[in-house]
Amino acid sequence: MWQLLYENLEQTVSVILFVIGFSILLLQRNLIRKIIGLNIMDTSVYLFLASMGYIQGRKAPIVTDGVLEVTAYINPVPTGLVLTGIVVSVSFTAIMLALTIRLYRRYHTLDIDEIALLARGEDA
Amino acid sequence: MSKRRSDWESRPQARVRRWFYKGFLALDDEIAEKISSPPPPRFDYEEALEAQQAAIDSRQHERSIAIERLDQHNLLVWMRTRGRKAISRLYVALALVLGLMMMVFLLETVALMPRFGDPATPGANEVSARYIEKGLDETGAVNIVAGMILDYRAFDTLGESTVLFIAASAVLILLRIDHDKEGNPAQELIAAESDDRHYEPRDDRILQGSAMVLTPIILLYGIYIILNGHLSPGGGFSGGAIVSAGLILYLVAFGFEKAGRFFTTKTFTWVSFFSLSFYALAKAYAFYMGANGLPSGIPLGTPGAILSSGLIMPLNIAVGMVVACTMYVFYALFRKGGL
Repeated sequence: MWQLLYENLEQTVSVILFVIGFSILLLQRNLIRKIIGLNIMDTSVYLFLASMGYIQGRKAPIVTDGVLEVTAYINPVPTGLVLTGIVVSVSFTAIMLALTIRLYRRYHTLDIDEIALLARGEDA
Repeated sequence: MSKRRSDWESRPQARVRRWFYKGFLALDDEIAEKISSPPPPRFDYEEALEAQQAAIDSRQHERSIAIERLDQHNLLVWMRTRGRKAISRLYVALALVLGLMMMVFLLETVALMPRFGDPATPGANEVSARYIEKGLDETGAVNIVAGMILDYRAFDTLGESTVLFIAASAVLILLRIDHDKEGNPAQELIAAESDDRHYEPRDDRILQGSAMVLTPIILLYGIYIILNGHLSPGGGFSGGAIVSAGLILYLVAFGFEKAGRFFTTKTFTWVSFFSLSFYALAKAYAFYMGANGLPSGIPLGTPGAILSSGLIMPLNIAVGMVVACTMYVFYALFRKGGL
C-alpha cells in the first residue's frame, strides 16, 4: 500500500491536507481559524482535481503549433472545475468573514463557545 | 407602671415585692388590665394540627427546593469546570478519531485510484477528447480551457459570476454602515474611520511612491491577462483579481478620499449590473442561434489573433470587470464598512 500511495503522491498529500483542514475546523474555537481550516480543505480539493487531470508527458491545452491530437494535451475538464471551485470558495470566505465581523462587533470575542454562552444568556 | 409588663415584672418575686410596697392597688391595676384586654383565643386543636402539618409540608417543600437548587448549582459548577473539560476532552478525542478514520479511508481509496499521470484515466474520456479535437474549430479559442468555460460551459461561468456578485451584495448588506436620515455620518462610521486612521499610515511617502510606480503596471498586466484570456493562460477571473489588487494598492496608499473619486457604491452596482446583463444577453443570443458551433453571425476570426474566437473575449472582459469590482468592494467593506 505504501508503494501505491507513493506513486499517487499528489493525491496522498491532498488527502492529508484535507484531513488537516477538517481537524482544524473541528478543533479550533477561533472563528478565523475555522475559516482558514475550511480554506485549507478547499485547496486540497483543487490539488486533487488538478492532479487527476494531469497526464504524464503532455502539455497544457493551449494550441500553439496547430496540433489537435488528444494525445498531445492533458485533460482540460478538471482545470475548469478548479476555476469554478476557486471562485465559489472566495465568495463564501468573504461571507463568512463578514459574519465573523458582525459577531465580533456584537459579542467582542471570536471564541465560538463564548459566543454560544453569551447568546444563550441573551435568550434567558 | 406601664400597662404592658415584661416577663421580668410578672415574676412571682416581683409581684410579692409590688404587693409589699404598693399594697393591693398594683394588683387591682393588674386585674383591670387583664379584664380590659380581650380574652385569649381558644386553642383550636384541629386548626393547630393543620397549621403544624402545613408548616411541616412547607418546610419539606422548601427543603426539597433547596436540595434541587443545590443539585442544579452543583451541576452548573461541574459543567463550567470539570464537566466542560471532560466534555471538551471527549470532543477532541472523537474529532481526532473521526479525522484519522477519514484519513485512513481516503488513503485506501487513493491507493486504488488510477496512477498519477496515467493516460488511461477514466476522467480523460470522450468529453475532453471532443473539447481538444473540436474546440479550436468550434470556438476559435487557442486556449482550450477558455473555450470550454466560456463557450461549452458558459452557463456555469455565468452562475459563477452571479455567485460572486451575490456574495458581494451579501457582504454589502452585512457590513455597510449607512449615513442617518439627515445625511450625517453615523456614529459607527466615525468610529470606523478613526480606527482606520489609527491603524493605517496616512500619506506614507514610501507607500505612495511605490504605488505610483506599481499601480499602472499592475493594472496593465491585469488588462493584458483579461484580453489574452483566449490566447494564453488566464482570463476574466485571474485578470480581474490582478486589476483589483492594483486598485486596492492605490486605495491603501492614497486613502478613501482619492479612491472615492473614481469608485463608489454606484460604480460597483452599475459596472456589475451591466457586465452581468451583457454576459447574459450575449450568451442568450448565442444559445438562441443554436450554440454547439452552429453559425451565429459572430465571426470567429483567425485562431491566435487578438480579435478572434467570437464572444469569448467580450465575455472575459465582462467577467473581469465583475471580479475586479467585487474584490475591491470586499476590501473596502472589510476595512471601513463603506466605499
